[in-house]
Amino acid sequence: MADYLRQMPHQGSADLARRPSTISRLHIDIPLLLLLLVLTVYGLVVLYSGSGKDMSAVIRQGRYFLLAYGIMFTVAQVNLGRIMRWAPWLYLVGVGTLVAVMLVGVGAKGAQRWLSIGGFRFQPSEIMKLVLPLTVAWYLADRTLPPRFFHVMVALALLGIPAALILQQPDLGTALLIAASGLFVLFMAGMGWRYIFGAVLAAGASAWPAWMFVLKDYQKQRILTMLDPESDKLGAGWNIIQSKTAIGSGGWEGKGWMNGTQSHLDFLPESHTDFIIAVLSEEFGLRGVLVLLSIYLLILLRGFWIGIRAQSSFGRMMAGSLTLTFFVYIFVNMGMVAGLLPVVGVPLPLVSAGGTSVVTLMAGFGILMAISTEKSTGPR
Amino acid sequence: MPKHIQLKDPNRETRISSARTVIAVLLVLASLGIVVARYYSLQITQYEVYRTQSERNRVQLQPLPPKRGLIYDRNGVLLADNRPSYMLSIVREQVQDLDSTLAELGRLLPVTESDLANFQKKLKRRRPYEAVPLRFRLTEQERAVLAVNRYRLPGVVVDAQLLRYYPHGKLFSHAIGYVGRINEQEVLDLDESDYRGTFHVGKVGVEKFYEDILHGDVGYQNVETNAHGRVLRVLERFAPKPGADLVLNLDIRVQKAAYEALGDRRGAVVAIDPLTGGVLALVSTPGFDTNLFVNGISSADYSALRDSLDVPLFNRAIQGQYPPGSTIKPFMSMAGLESGLVTPQSTVADPGWFSLPGDSRKYRDWILRIRGTGHASRVDMKMAIAESCDVYFYDLARRLTIDRMYEYLAPFGFGERTGVDTTNERRGVLPSTRWKRDAMGQPWYPGETISAGIGQGYMLASPMQLAFATSVIASKGVRRTPRLLQSIDGVPVEAPLLDPILVPPEYWSAVYEGMIEVVHGQRGTAKALAVGIEYQMAGKTGTAQVIGIAQGSVYKEEEVAERHRHHGLFIAFAPAEAPTIAVAIIVENGGGSSAATPIARAVIDTWLFGEAG
Repeated sequence: MADYLRQMPHQGSADLARRPSTISRLHIDIPLLLLLLVLTVYGLVVLYSGSGKDMSAVIRQGRYFLLAYGIMFTVAQVNLGRIMRWAPWLYLVGVGTLVAVMLVGVGAKGAQRWLSIGGFRFQPSEIMKLVLPLTVAWYLADRTLPPRFFHVMVALALLGIPAALILQQPDLGTALLIAASGLFVLFMAGMGWRYIFGAVLAAGASAWPAWMFVLKDYQKQRILTMLDPESDKLGAGWNIIQSKTAIGSGGWEGKGWMNGTQSHLDFLPESHTDFIIAVLSEEFGLRGVLVLLSIYLLILLRGFWIGIRAQSSFGRMMAGSLTLTFFVYIFVNMGMVAGLLPVVGVPLPLVSAGGTSVVTLMAGFGILMAISTEKSTGPR
Repeated sequence: MPKHIQLKDPNRETRISSARTVIAVLLVLASLGIVVARYYSLQITQYEVYRTQSERNRVQLQPLPPKRGLIYDRNGVLLADNRPSYMLSIVREQVQDLDSTLAELGRLLPVTESDLANFQKKLKRRRPYEAVPLRFRLTEQERAVLAVNRYRLPGVVVDAQLLRYYPHGKLFSHAIGYVGRINEQEVLDLDESDYRGTFHVGKVGVEKFYEDILHGDVGYQNVETNAHGRVLRVLERFAPKPGADLVLNLDIRVQKAAYEALGDRRGAVVAIDPLTGGVLALVSTPGFDTNLFVNGISSADYSALRDSLDVPLFNRAIQGQYPPGSTIKPFMSMAGLESGLVTPQSTVADPGWFSLPGDSRKYRDWILRIRGTGHASRVDMKMAIAESCDVYFYDLARRLTIDRMYEYLAPFGFGERTGVDTTNERRGVLPSTRWKRDAMGQPWYPGETISAGIGQGYMLASPMQLAFATSVIASKGVRRTPRLLQSIDGVPVEAPLLDPILVPPEYWSAVYEGMIEVVHGQRGTAKALAVGIEYQMAGKTGTAQVIGIAQGSVYKEEEVAERHRHHGLFIAFAPAEAPTIAVAIIVENGGGSSAATPIARAVIDTWLFGEAG
C-alpha cells in the first residue's frame, strides 16, 4: 500500500533503529486510542441513562462508534502527504455541495443544511469541519511561516467562503466552528499577533452590525436568553434553567446513575444529545464532570504532543487545529449547557448521541494518528 | 516546486509551532478552568438552590377540590344537588389526526359548531398533555356509544365532574340563586389557594351568601410529575374538607303554593315565621331555570332572559322597589299610637277628602270615586285600617310630620335592608326631609307628607321589607333579622335578634283588630278571601301606582295598557291569636289588591295545614 511506498526510501535510516512494532505499522497512537476508548465507554454509560434507559439508542450509538473507529483506522493508514494533496479537491467538492445545499437542500426546522442523495441524507457542512483546516494547512504548508499578509488574506478567503455559505443556511454555530478550525491553522502557523489582536478587535467592532443585520431573530433570542434565562421561563429560557438545575442539583456526588430526576422526568431537553453533560453532571456530580474533563484534557494534551512531535509543518498545523477544534466543542457545549454561552447546536464530542459528529471527530483523530506516525522526512 | 523550499526555514517553523502549542495549551487550561469554576459554582456553591429547585420541579402540589355542600328545605327536600356530569375531552398529544378524530366524534354524537369553536379556542391555550373539553353533559347513551368506540379513538377521554344541579329549576331560582363558572373578576377576589381546583362559585342568592360554608376546604396531593405535567405517582395526600350542607327555613310546600298562586303573573311573595325570623318562602316570578347558568349559559339563552320584558332575572322579592301604598297604614297606626297623636278610640271626620289648611288642593279618598262620600262621618283606627280610609291617615300624617313618621317607621325596617341572608337586597326609601335634601337637593313640601301617609310618593319598599315589617307586628314588636338558613350540617343557626319595639300591648291589639277586620269584617277590603276560612287572619291590602321598575326595558305599544295597571299588594299574618307566618305579596299590574289576597290565603293555608285550603 501507500505505506510501503512511503517507507521504502528510508530503510536503514538511523531513525529507525527501533524495530517497527505491529502497532506502529498500523499507524495507531496507543495512548490516544486508549483515551478514546475510555471516553467512548463513559459516554455510552451516560447515554444509556440520558436516553431514558433506551438500550437501542446505546446500540445505535455503538454502531456509529464501530463505523467511526473503522474510519479512524482507515484514515490513519493514509499517507499524510496524500491527505494534503487531496485537501484542495475535497475543498472544491465541499464548497460545491454547500452551494448545492443552498439550491436544492432539504430543510429542517427552518434551516437548510442537508443534501439528500438516493435517500441518504448528509450534511456537507460536517465534512467541511475537516476539509477546511486541511485546505488552509495545505495552502500554508508551502509558504514561509509565519505567513505573510497576502497569505493570511488568501487563507481567510479560503475559510470565509464555506463559512459564509453555512452561515446563510442558517447555521451560525457550525459556521463559527469551521471558521475557528481555519483560524487555528493560521494560529499554529504563527500568524502575527497583530493580526490576531486585529481580528479580535474587528470581531468586537462587528458585533453591533452583526446584531443589527446578520443575526436572525432566533439567534438573538438565544443570546438574550442566555443572558437572562428567567425572562422566558417556559419558552426559550426553559432549557437553560432546567439544565442548570440538573447540573446544580447533582452536587459533588451526583444522584447516581439512572437516578437523575431532571432527565428521567423529562425536564431536561435533548438529554441524550446536546444536553447530555447535564445528565452526567446530575447523576455523577462534579466528580463525574472532573473525570470527564480529565479524559478530555489527556486527549487534548496527547493531540498537542502529537503536533509538537510532528515531522512536517502541515502535520503540526493540522494537529494543533484538530486538537483546538476538539477543545472548542467541549468548551462551547459545556459552556452553553451551564449557561455560560448561548445555546448553539454543538454536541459534546464523542458523548452526545448522533452519528455525524462522531464520524467526523474520529476521522479527525485518524488524521492525528496519521500525523503521529509520520516519518521524519521532509514534507514531500 | 523547489522555489518554495528555499524560502522555508524548518527550524524556525518548528520553534513557532512549539511556541504556539504552548500558548494553546495555556489557553485550553485557562478555559477549562473557567468551565470547572462554573460547574463548581453550580454544583457546590449553589447546590442547595438547585437541589431545591429540582425537588420542586419533580414534586407538584395538586389541588383536590372539595365537594360543595348540599342545600335542603326545612323538610329535608333537596334543593341543590351535586350530580356527576360527564364530559368528553381530547388529549391533543395522544391523538394522531385531530381532524379525523373530531369528524368521527361528530358522527357518533351531536357536536355543535359552538362546541367546536370553544374547543379550538381552548386547545390553543392548553398544553398538549392537558385534556381539552369538547362536549359537556353527556347523556347515558352518548357515554355508551363512546365506551364502545373507545378503542379506535385514542386520546378521547370521558371525565366525570360534580356539577351543581337544581332539581326544582324555576321554583327556587330567586330563593337559592345559582353557581356558575368562576370569572376573571372572581379569580382576583377569591382566595387563590382555596379555589385551586374549583371551577364554580356561588353567583347570587344563598349560593353566594354562604359560599364560604358551601365551598369547603381544598385538599392537596403531592404528586411526582414529569415535565409534561403527567402524574407518575402520588406521594402524599391531604383530603379536601367537603362543604357543609345547609338546611333552609324555606318550606317547599309554601314556596310551591306561592309560586303556583302567582301563576304566570309577575310578582313576588315573601313569607316569614315571626317566631324565628325564618323565611318560609321567597318567590319572584317569572323564575328561570338556574341550571342554565351552572356550566356557562349560552348567549342565546342569556339574551332571551336578559331581554325578556318580564325581567325574569330580577329578584322582585328583595330587589323590587314598590310604593307600599295602603299596606303602610298599620305601621302608620302604630306611629300614631306611639306618638300619642291618636288613640284606638279617637276619630277623624271623613268627608271623603282632605285638604291642608290654607290650601285649596283636595286629597281624595279612594272611596270618594265609588260612593261620592267618605267611609263614615267619623272614622276610628279600626275602621281606618279595615276599610283603608285615606283621610284618617292624611290627617295623621299631617300632624305627625314626615320626620317623625320616619322615626316611627324606621324600626319596622323601612328604608333599610332587612339583612336577610342573600345577595343584592335593596333598601327601599323611607323619606324624610334630610333624605330629600341629600337625595334630591330639594326641600320637603307639606303636601308630600300627606301622600306619604298612605304609602305613596317617595316611599318604596321591597316585598322582603314588607314581610319583615309585618312579622314585627305579628310578633308584637320582636324583631328578628329574616333568615333563609336554618342549620349548618345539622347545627341550628339562630336569626339575629334586634332591639324590640317596646310599646303597651293595647297598641298592638288595636292594630291587630284593624287588620283582622280587613279580612273578617263586613266591609273589610280583603273580606273576599275569608270565605270558608277556619282561622283568624290579619291583613292589609294595598294598591301602588305603577312606576317602571325595569329601567331601560322597552315597552311595546300593545302591552303598555296592561303594564300601566296598578300593582296589587297584600300583607298578612296568621293565626291572629298566635301568628306563625307573616307574608307580603305583590302582583305587578294586578290592577288592585284583589290580585294579591288569594295568594296569601293559599300560602297561609299551606303553611298551617300542609296544603292549600
